[in-house]
Amino acid sequence: MVACGIPEIDHLTGGLPRGCLTEISGPIGSGRTSLLVSLLSALTKREESCALVDGRDSFDPCGAEEAGVVLGRLLLVRCTNIEQALRAADLLLHGGGFGLVALDLSDLPIASVRRVPLNVWFRFRRMVENTPTVFMLLEQESCAKTCASLVLRLEMKMARWRSSFKSGNDGNSQPTLLSGLQFNAEVVRCRFERAKSEDGSPGGLASFNSAASDFAAVDSYEGTRCSFESKPAWTELTKKRRKNSEA
Amino acid sequence: MPFACIHVLNFILQSALRIEPGLRAQAAGILDGNPPFVTVIARNKKAGSLGLQIGMTKSQAEQIQGLQLRRRSIEHETAAHAALVDLALSFSPRIEETAADTIILDLAGLAQLFGGFEKLAQRLGRRAKKFGLSAQVAVGSNPEAAQLAARGFAGVTVLAADEEMERLGSLPVIALNPSFEIRETLERWGVRTCRALAALPVAQLSERLGQEGVRLQELARGASGRALIPTIAAMEFEEAMELDTAVSELEPLSFLLGRLLDQLCGRLSARALATNEIRLRMELEPGEEEIFGIAGKRQNRVYSQSSTTADSSSRRESGAPRNDNGGDRGDANRQSGTRHPERAGLRPAPTNAEVNRAEPDATVLIYEHVLRLPLAMRDSKALLRLWRLHLEAHPPASPIVKITMTAEPAKVRFAQSGLFVPLSPDPEKLEITMARTGHSVGAANIGSPELLDTHRPLSFRVGRFNPLEASLPANDSGESSVSSGVSLRIAESASLLPATALRVFRPAMPAKVEARDNSRDTTHETMNKVHAPARVYFGGVWGDVMAASGPWRSSGDWWTEDPWNQDEWDLEIEFPVPAAKETNAFSRTAFSHAAQKAESTRARGVYRIVRERASGEWFVRGVYD
Repeated sequence: MVACGIPEIDHLTGGLPRGCLTEISGPIGSGRTSLLVSLLSALTKREESCALVDGRDSFDPCGAEEAGVVLGRLLLVRCTNIEQALRAADLLLHGGGFGLVALDLSDLPIASVRRVPLNVWFRFRRMVENTPTVFMLLEQESCAKTCASLVLRLEMKMARWRSSFKSGNDGNSQPTLLSGLQFNAEVVRCRFERAKSEDGSPGGLASFNSAASDFAAVDSYEGTRCSFESKPAWTELTKKRRKNSEA
Repeated sequence: MPFACIHVLNFILQSALRIEPGLRAQAAGILDGNPPFVTVIARNKKAGSLGLQIGMTKSQAEQIQGLQLRRRSIEHETAAHAALVDLALSFSPRIEETAADTIILDLAGLAQLFGGFEKLAQRLGRRAKKFGLSAQVAVGSNPEAAQLAARGFAGVTVLAADEEMERLGSLPVIALNPSFEIRETLERWGVRTCRALAALPVAQLSERLGQEGVRLQELARGASGRALIPTIAAMEFEEAMELDTAVSELEPLSFLLGRLLDQLCGRLSARALATNEIRLRMELEPGEEEIFGIAGKRQNRVYSQSSTTADSSSRRESGAPRNDNGGDRGDANRQSGTRHPERAGLRPAPTNAEVNRAEPDATVLIYEHVLRLPLAMRDSKALLRLWRLHLEAHPPASPIVKITMTAEPAKVRFAQSGLFVPLSPDPEKLEITMARTGHSVGAANIGSPELLDTHRPLSFRVGRFNPLEASLPANDSGESSVSSGVSLRIAESASLLPATALRVFRPAMPAKVEARDNSRDTTHETMNKVHAPARVYFGGVWGDVMAASGPWRSSGDWWTEDPWNQDEWDLEIEFPVPAAKETNAFSRTAFSHAAQKAESTRARGVYRIVRERASGEWFVRGVYD
């Protein structure tokens, strides 16, 4: 299991399973990319190699680096259509050796993603099985059906704005700063059991039950929800600059 | 001090068989000479049994049924000799290149290493077979004795120090290669074997035949005092193949390339080396042909440079429009926040030369390409796959008549794996995976993102992905060394908030903006004032701005032809949702979200919107996701 770097999600799911297909679905602006970047950051910092198949070429490496992603350990495949993306994911999974292979179909039309035959997802699931790779699928709607071991549904809850300075006399200055976004996450499907903490409360990293990896779903966590918050990259940069100036 | 000699019998024929092993099972002969005086200079036993004789003319030889005739190739012989040198060097560092078909090795200190000279000689013979050469090997106490035995006896011969004279005595005098006059004289005397020559008294022999006679007698006795003349082996690995019939399809071509790569990798392996750069040079048949699915036109005395970006190993320097500024495509350059790479002074790096050209002084076309690898390898199958992928993407323009492959030697990569080594793809496998993926999506679209040294927003390029060389940022290295190999604990991430990621629209979406003073931003005067946007139109729908942050002004590159000067805004926009409507344009916006939620009538999202100050145009750069 791999912690994705967002405590709330990790508590909710117990971590993302290796050797499984994990689906992150949600509309645009629902925090899928933030979750992906957080996972990339966690894995690349541990010197694991990651691959991102970008279905619509929408990845922002500048923001990713600010979020802590080691870009040198990230293999980015920029695609223009779903066929290319599926082919690239297939090749990368076949090649093996990656800690994470993320297939980002978020910006592709839902209709084209729906048209992907189920046997493609089944094939991906079989390819990633018994490997230490986390295969993550990002999309607007869940489409891998039973092939996914973990399905998370995300949506945006609210944007947080805060006043940073007083409004100017001319009334033109903006008295707000984007201080973060809040998202809701819901476990739609979960095929593994989560370990409990010593005190019995949920929160430990999940232990993947290989016996339950097939179609016997462990649905005790399905429907559970959580909220998490992300912060803009500039807040971290400001902190760093402050630290540097103090030093 | 013992010496070994490797001698390749019928070297000219064997050098041809080495490149074309299929000929071994057939009757084959080698032709040489200028027309019309082309004659047979070498043949194998099967050809001899069919009646082929050395010295026959080409027309005579061609009348024999079932005979395979090949032209003599200096390239083949050079490659075979180089292979022989590599073979010898894999056993001993002190070798002598006595002749093209003969190599002498100094075996001092090697007996214990290989379990005796007998085993060593046998291993030499077996290794020679692996190289495609059937060699005679002999071990003697001096170079000349070893050479004489190797030339005279078939298979493996080990001459003990006390029986050299006796063993060599059975060889004919001709084996000593005497001059014509001496041979005639010895013939008249009735001296036909080395034993007879060795038995002659030295003084009388010297009186009659001079010093040459004495030297020959020393050779016949196996008592030559000649020292080894060591060779400094050149680090050149080149294999060539001339084709009688031009190859015009990929399958047979890859078969031939596979053979060359096998030979090259075998030679590299013998020298404990690998390669990180392989150059392929192919001579093409002149003329206009349709091959490999592509119509090739003869390029008459004109050099034409083909694309260099397709190669998997090239480090792309924003040469393609997608490679910088977040990979904006051509139409994105309308936005002045983007730039032309050429204008910005960034040029494509021609790291991999691929030339499809005509020789200026000849009629042959040349196809040349260099495959550069991020790490040294010598797996011929992996290399062949890489070449196949390249040739599928960039086929030669005409049939191929000659192939030359050169490998640049490099030290072998050693890797120590361990239980706690982080997960990383096998480099050789990764290379093939990347090449295959690059073949599918375009080589310029796969790699590791590298940020450019500029403040221009979203500037990056796609560079070479090499996780072995990737280093952590200085402030993160400590964490990684602690946590590497074990699962990241939740507690470790508990204190962290994830960064809000921006999902970029490439190309940026044009937008219309209404400012808070209710005036449409259409005039230049209005645009220069800083008004917070109140309504935004893009994707076909107007949305209300619920919150705004900005403007964040940035500019740069004003000294170049492609400056940027822009105001950025973070806007929370609420859109009305058209019921059950979803188009491609909408799929990029929050509408698709709302379309799925039937109960919702409004959809919100936080967008980054940019105003180009020079033109006053607005663009949606991306959405926070």
